[in-house]
Amino acid sequence: MRAPVNDLPVLFERVSLRAGGMTILDRIDAIIEPGAPTLVVGPNGAGKSSFLRLCMGLSAPSEGRITWGGRPDAKPTRRAFVFQRPVMLRRTAAGNVAYSLKQAGVPREQRAERIARLLAQVGLSELAARPARRLSGGEQQRLALARALARDPDLLLLDEPTASLDPAATRSVEEIVRAAASSGIKVVMASHDLGQVRRLAGTVMFLVRGTLREHEAADAFLNTPSTPEAAAFVRGDLVV
Amino acid sequence: MQEGLNAWQLIAGADPTLFAIVQLSLMISLSAVAIAAVVGLPLGALLALTRFPGRNLVIVVLNAFMGLPPVVVGLAVYLLLSRSGPLGQFGILFTPLAMVIAQAILILPIIAALSRQTIEDLWLEYRDELTAMDVGPAGRVTTLLWDARLSLLTALLAGFGRAAAEVGAVMIVGGNIDGFTRTMTTTIALETSKGNLPLALGLGLVLIALVLAINAAAWTVRVWSERQAG
Repeated sequence: MRAPVNDLPVLFERVSLRAGGMTILDRIDAIIEPGAPTLVVGPNGAGKSSFLRLCMGLSAPSEGRITWGGRPDAKPTRRAFVFQRPVMLRRTAAGNVAYSLKQAGVPREQRAERIARLLAQVGLSELAARPARRLSGGEQQRLALARALARDPDLLLLDEPTASLDPAATRSVEEIVRAAASSGIKVVMASHDLGQVRRLAGTVMFLVRGTLREHEAADAFLNTPSTPEAAAFVRGDLVV
Repeated sequence: MQEGLNAWQLIAGADPTLFAIVQLSLMISLSAVAIAAVVGLPLGALLALTRFPGRNLVIVVLNAFMGLPPVVVGLAVYLLLSRSGPLGQFGILFTPLAMVIAQAILILPIIAALSRQTIEDLWLEYRDELTAMDVGPAGRVTTLLWDARLSLLTALLAGFGRAAAEVGAVMIVGGNIDGFTRTMTTTIALETSKGNLPLALGLGLVLIALVLAINAAAWTVRVWSERQAG
């Protein structure tokens, strides 16, 4: 089904990001491979969002090199991003998905069927004709997921998509993410919620003040953290 | 009291002089809005989405020119179009075309400056999403123009209101020639000074009713589309 060209693995080679004299990310070496979701965790300001933006290609590293499936500067045609506070286009829910499909190059005659399927996938079929900006926070987040999935991505990047949602809305977002992951999409998701790490993570990347302290299987991270900061984070202590 | 009654009779009786004046005024101001929109909307979008040296200066000048005095615009267009002026050979001074040109120049800064602001605000909001969806420059402009259409309509209305209500520019370049370049505002000025208050008052009422009707229509469109698209 899927095109032979793939954006995975994403390879970070000594990647640093600086802005205004501040080091936001410091010499990150990492490889993101197909498989269960990778959760990027760490305190606020650790560089989680910046790391995801680099993964997407929304910003360029100050130093080092990022490659997608071995190619540098790969256009983000097979990647999708869901922002912490997604911006709804001034259109209906279906119109937002249609826009994303159009940008992804889906032919017009296939769009109606794809829109129906995507909205059903995120549980918004009944709200298709509703203006997107009138949806609740949880519904907007699910619509943003539908918009992202419309791009048929290899790599789905999520920046704390449940940070401002209640438990019920969080659960439905997590279910969509889990379904996406089991359909073969590589999910990379920022979070500072330890419970979410337990529920979703295959691997964990632990960032503190712009450095990658741990990158390992979720089980190992949760049970035998190898750095004191990670141990504190897993215990539920405040890490700054 | 008597003037008010006579004014009403002119309107209700569909006085041909009065309606010819109203028609000419509308044609001139709507043409001016159309021309200013064709130039001003893309100019606003361009200014909103590009960065170049001197951009801030252009924006400050544009914003300042929103308050251009109509008589000064009239004078400038008069100098351009007069027999000895650079465009004198076309002989369009004291014609409706000259009046359209003057009003278009008058309201171009209003439409360009308001659309620049609107599109730039929307771009700041949409930038990350559109970049993540890999939308190219042409797609950005069309998306922003479409999604900002309600606010842009308001900018066009502001331009129309200004054009329909101004008297200085059309008076100078049109010459207020009876039956040819006489608009509502210039007629009101002339007839008031002549003491013909019924016609002046009648035109004043029509002018206010027109502005009200257009704003009511715009409001309806706005409410309706907000219900459609948020």
